[in-house]
Amino acid sequence: MTPTLHIEDLRIAYSRSATQPPAVDRVSLTLPAGEMGCLLGPSGCGKTSILRAIAGFEPVKAGRITLGGVLLSSPQIHLPPERRRVGMMFQDGALFPHLDAAENIAFGLRRLEHAARTDRVNRLLDLVGLAGLGSRYPHELSGGQQQRVALARALAPSPELLLLDEPFSSLDHATRHRLGADVRDIIKAAGHTAIMVTHDEAEAHALGDRVGVMKTGRLLSWTPRREAVVDPFAEPQQAA
Amino acid sequence: MAVWRVVRPGGPRAVGAAWFGSALLIAAAALLPIVSLAWIAAGADGGHWRHLVDHVLPVALSNTVVLLCGVALIVTAVGTACAWLVTAYDFPGRRTLGWALLLPLAMPTYIVAYVYLDMLHPIGPVQGAIRWLLGYDSPRQFRLPDLRSMGGAIVLMGCVLYPYVYLTMRALFASQSRRLLEAARTLGEGRWGAFRRVAWPLARPALAVGLSLALLETLNDIGASEFLGINTLTVSIYSTWVTRSDLAAAAQIACAMLVAVAGLMVLEAHGRRHQRFGNTRNQDGMTPIRLQGAWAWGATVATAIPVVLGFVAPAAYLVVDVVQRLASGQHLTVNLYNGLRNSVGLALGVSALVVAGGLVVAWTDRRISAASPPSTWLTRAASVGYAVPGSVLAIGLLAPGLAIDRAWAWLTDAPGLPLMNFGAILVGACCIRFMAMSAGSIGAGLSRIAPEIEQSARLLGETHVGTLRRVHLPLLRPAIAVAALLVFVDAMKELPVTLLLRPMNFDTLATVLYGEAARGAYEEGALAALAIVLAGLLPVVWLARTQFTSHSPRKPAS
Repeated sequence: MTPTLHIEDLRIAYSRSATQPPAVDRVSLTLPAGEMGCLLGPSGCGKTSILRAIAGFEPVKAGRITLGGVLLSSPQIHLPPERRRVGMMFQDGALFPHLDAAENIAFGLRRLEHAARTDRVNRLLDLVGLAGLGSRYPHELSGGQQQRVALARALAPSPELLLLDEPFSSLDHATRHRLGADVRDIIKAAGHTAIMVTHDEAEAHALGDRVGVMKTGRLLSWTPRREAVVDPFAEPQQAA
Repeated sequence: MAVWRVVRPGGPRAVGAAWFGSALLIAAAALLPIVSLAWIAAGADGGHWRHLVDHVLPVALSNTVVLLCGVALIVTAVGTACAWLVTAYDFPGRRTLGWALLLPLAMPTYIVAYVYLDMLHPIGPVQGAIRWLLGYDSPRQFRLPDLRSMGGAIVLMGCVLYPYVYLTMRALFASQSRRLLEAARTLGEGRWGAFRRVAWPLARPALAVGLSLALLETLNDIGASEFLGINTLTVSIYSTWVTRSDLAAAAQIACAMLVAVAGLMVLEAHGRRHQRFGNTRNQDGMTPIRLQGAWAWGATVATAIPVVLGFVAPAAYLVVDVVQRLASGQHLTVNLYNGLRNSVGLALGVSALVVAGGLVVAWTDRRISAASPPSTWLTRAASVGYAVPGSVLAIGLLAPGLAIDRAWAWLTDAPGLPLMNFGAILVGACCIRFMAMSAGSIGAGLSRIAPEIEQSARLLGETHVGTLRRVHLPLLRPAIAVAALLVFVDAMKELPVTLLLRPMNFDTLATVLYGEAARGAYEEGALAALAIVLAGLLPVVWLARTQFTSHSPRKPAS
C-alpha cells in the first residue's frame, strides 16, 4: 500500500516583499493512502504551486510536507525531486521529444535489467491501452495518446505518490471524458495515492475521493466528494 | 468581352524576366568557382596529382583533420558548458558574462594568433613576469611550451571560435521547456542526469549548426595556421599558388578541401534533421537556479575565463601597444592609412552590391515560390559561397577571371589584366562569399511579411515591383541594415580572398597586418588589428542585443 501524504501549514511565496501575498498560505491537508485527491480552483489560486512544492520544484517558506512519515520539505530541509519517489503527469505531457513512447516510459527504469525493463514497459503500454504503439514518437501520437504515455511514464518507477497537473486541460471534450475515467480506473487498480489539480468542478468531483477548494492561496475546504454531482465521465443514458 | 489568360501563381513568369535572369546570374556566379575548380583539377596532368598525393596532401590533410577535431572538442566543451551555466544557473555577473561570452567573435583568428605569439614570446611580458616571480634570469632556465604548434593552434582557435556553439546552444537551452527537465527529475535523475539525458540530446541540432560554422571558420583560416606553423590545406593552396604559381595543383588541393566542406555540410544537415525536436518552447522556459557560495563564484570564474582568453587579454594588449606607440610619437603611416581607406572602400562597395544582390535573389525566390510548396533553391544556390573557404573560392575564380580579362583586353585593346587590376575579381569573390548573409537575412525578413499584405497592395492597384518598393522595402529596412552590417564587418576583416586576388599595390588593414606579421614584426600592425577588432564589435553588440533580449531567461529561483 502507498503511504499517506501530510501537508501542515504550508506557505509558498515567490516574492520577498512582505506586501505581496504568498502564492500559498497556511494550507494543511491529509491524503490517506490509496486515495485520489483533487485540488479545485481558478487559475492563479496556488493549486499548481502546492503540487510543485510536493514534487520538490518550489521551496517552502513555512510548514512541512511529509510522505509516509518521511519529511520531504520544510524551510530547513529540501529533499531533491529525484529522491522523493513522487511521479508527476504534466499539463502538456512533457514527453521527451527525442525518445519514442517506449523509451519515454523506460526513462525512469534505468536500474532495471534490460529484460525486466522491456517487460514493464510492455505491461504499462498495455495498461494505458497503447500496446503496439511503443515505437511511435510523441509527435506521431494524438493528444490523448500522449497523455496516456505520460501516465505510463509517471507510473513506471512505482512512485509512492502520483501528481497530476491539469492533465486533461489541453484535450478535446470527448477525449477528456474518456481519458479521465480511464486514468482514474488505472490509478485505482494500481492502488496509488494521487493528487490532481483542476479548475473543472465536475471533473474534480467525478475523479477525486476528496476535493479541496482553493481561493487566493488558501484551502477553503478539503472534504469527501459530493456523490450527488453528475459524473461527467459516465456513459450518456439512452433516451427512452 | 475581355478574355483573361489564366496564370498559375508562382513560377518564373510571376516575377519578370529581368528579375529572374538577374537572380539566376547571381546563383550561377556563386556556383562558377566550384565548376571552374573541377574543370581545372580534371584538366591537370596526373603528375601534379601524384606529387600532391606523395608530398603535400598527407601532411596538409592530417594537419587539417587534427586541427578540426581539436577545435571541435574545445568549442563544443566551452560553448556548451558556458551556454548551460548562464541558462540554467544564476551566479554573480551572469547577465554581463551572458553577452560578454560573444566578444571573441570580434577577434579574427589571425589577430589572436599574432597577439598571443607576441604576448607569450620567450622574452615577452608574460614569460618575463613568470620568470621574475620564480626568480629565473634567462629564458634558458624557464620557458613555456612553444605556441607555434598544433596544440597552440587548437587552443587559440578554440578560444575565439567557441561563441558559434555558445550562441546556438544558449538559444536552444533557453527555449527548452522547464517541464522536460522537471519530468526527468521526478523520474529519478539528478541535475547532471537531466542535462545528460534530456537537455543535451535535445540540443544536438543546435550543436551541429554551431559546430559546422566554427569548423568552416577553421577551414577558412590562413593567417593563424601559417604563423603558428601548421601546414593546413588552406595554407597549402596559398603557397602552391603564390610560391609555385601552380594553378592546377592549387585547384586539386582545393577540390580535396571541398570534400571536407561537404562533410561539414552533411554534419549540419544531419543535425538539422531532428531540429523539430529541439525547439520545445512554450510558456515554461528555463528558470535559472541560484548558486550559492563557492559554486556561485566557481561558475563566475569558469565563464569569465573564455572571455578573458578570447577577447579581454588580446584586446587589452593591443590597446596598450597602440597607446604606447602613439605616446612615443609614432603616427598613422601612409601604408596604414591606405589600408584603412581600401578596407573601408572595399567593405562599403561589397556591402552595397551584396545587399542589392541578396534582395534580388530573395525577392525572386519569394515570387516564384508563391505556389506551394515554397522553395528557396535560388537563395540556396546563391549562398553556396559562404561554405566555400576563401582560398578555394579565390582559386576557383582565378581561371574564369583571367579568361574574362583576356577577352576584355582583346575586345578593348586594353593592356594587361584590366578586371584583375581594377579589383573587380576581388569584389566579385567577396560578393560570392558573403551573399548568404544578405540573401538569408532578407529572405528571413520577407518570410515574416504576411502574403495578405502583398495581396492587399496588389488589389489596390500596385504592380509587384511597386509593392516591393512601397510595402516590402520599408518593412525590410531592419533586415537590410543587419545584412549590410554583417557583410561590411566580414569584408573588413577578410584575409584569404584579398591576399590571393588583390590588385598590385593594393592593401587592406588585414593584408597590412599579414604583411607585418610575415616580416616578423606583427607588433607594427597593432593599430590595424585594433581597427579590425573595433569594427568587429559592431555586429557582436547587435547580436547580443537581439539574441538575448528575445531569449532572456526568467527570474531566478532559489
